[in-house]
Amino acid sequence: MKSLFFSLLAALSVSAHGGEALPVGEDPAIEQRMVKLAEDLRCLVCQNESLAGSHAELAEDLRKEIRAQMKAGKNDKEVVEYLTTRYGDFVLYRPPFKPVTYLLWLGPVLFLGLGGTIWYLTLKKRRALKDTPVDEKQLAAAAQLLDEK
Amino acid sequence: MKRWIPLIIFAVLVGFFAKGLFLNPREVPSPFIGKPAPAFKLPVVGAADKTFSPEDMKGKVWLLNVWAPWCVSCRQEHPVLMGLAKSQPVPIVGLNWKDRDREAERLLDQHGSPYLAVPDDISGKTGIDYGVTGTPETYVIDKAGIIRMKHVGPISPDVWKEKFEPKLKELGA
Repeated sequence: MKSLFFSLLAALSVSAHGGEALPVGEDPAIEQRMVKLAEDLRCLVCQNESLAGSHAELAEDLRKEIRAQMKAGKNDKEVVEYLTTRYGDFVLYRPPFKPVTYLLWLGPVLFLGLGGTIWYLTLKKRRALKDTPVDEKQLAAAAQLLDEK
Repeated sequence: MKRWIPLIIFAVLVGFFAKGLFLNPREVPSPFIGKPAPAFKLPVVGAADKTFSPEDMKGKVWLLNVWAPWCVSCRQEHPVLMGLAKSQPVPIVGLNWKDRDREAERLLDQHGSPYLAVPDDISGKTGIDYGVTGTPETYVIDKAGIIRMKHVGPISPDVWKEKFEPKLKELGA
């Protein structure tokens, strides 16, 4: 299905360009790899956009660089490394698991544990409450309150 | 005590949000602090037969100011740099980033140049090697060629006083 889509896309772009030579950016295999990688990378200019979707000039330059490096035979890890040595882990939408990010990754589990503990303690207290006997005096007081209505 | 707990949690949250609200999202921690300035060799604007390389500055504390003729906040910064060029606390090198319209020479002739040299980075690759995200950005590089500080955005007199002066003092400029 995907290959059909890409061959269709390629056919369309060829017809749209009216026989012009295809620029480097239109090698479909590399383009697909580049977009897939760039979707998980942050554009440094418009920080809430991915590198794949940004129209910023720097994003365009970086996409060009990624394409060129992929063409030169570098694997995804090497390309990402190229970017992180320059821009830091900030470019990664999926931050790596290391001491500074432990809290980030484990935070949700921690909060789940905290919530679970509170939930358990509350239930336990409630059960203890249910087991305390109600004496006659209290029942009488309750009945009186209800009658007053 | 117990009924204060929600209020305490609320106060802590407000504390975090208030801190977050006043952080500058452009201030991306640079992975280059404490690392050697990436090497490059580029032709110099206005002197086509000359080249500039960070190697040339060994033994000096200097600033690498990344700017561009098309950059508006660089113009805002320009008078501050001119003032610094006059008082000469440190040499400033101005990396001309992605100047496709070839405007740098004309602009510097017209408004004066605060730079010791203006390496010409048309492709923008050298800027990318330094992790530049937008102009202006300024790097403080020490005598051994190590990047000690990075400032994103224009240098104002206040920024100079609060951020640069202490750092330069520390580096013995």
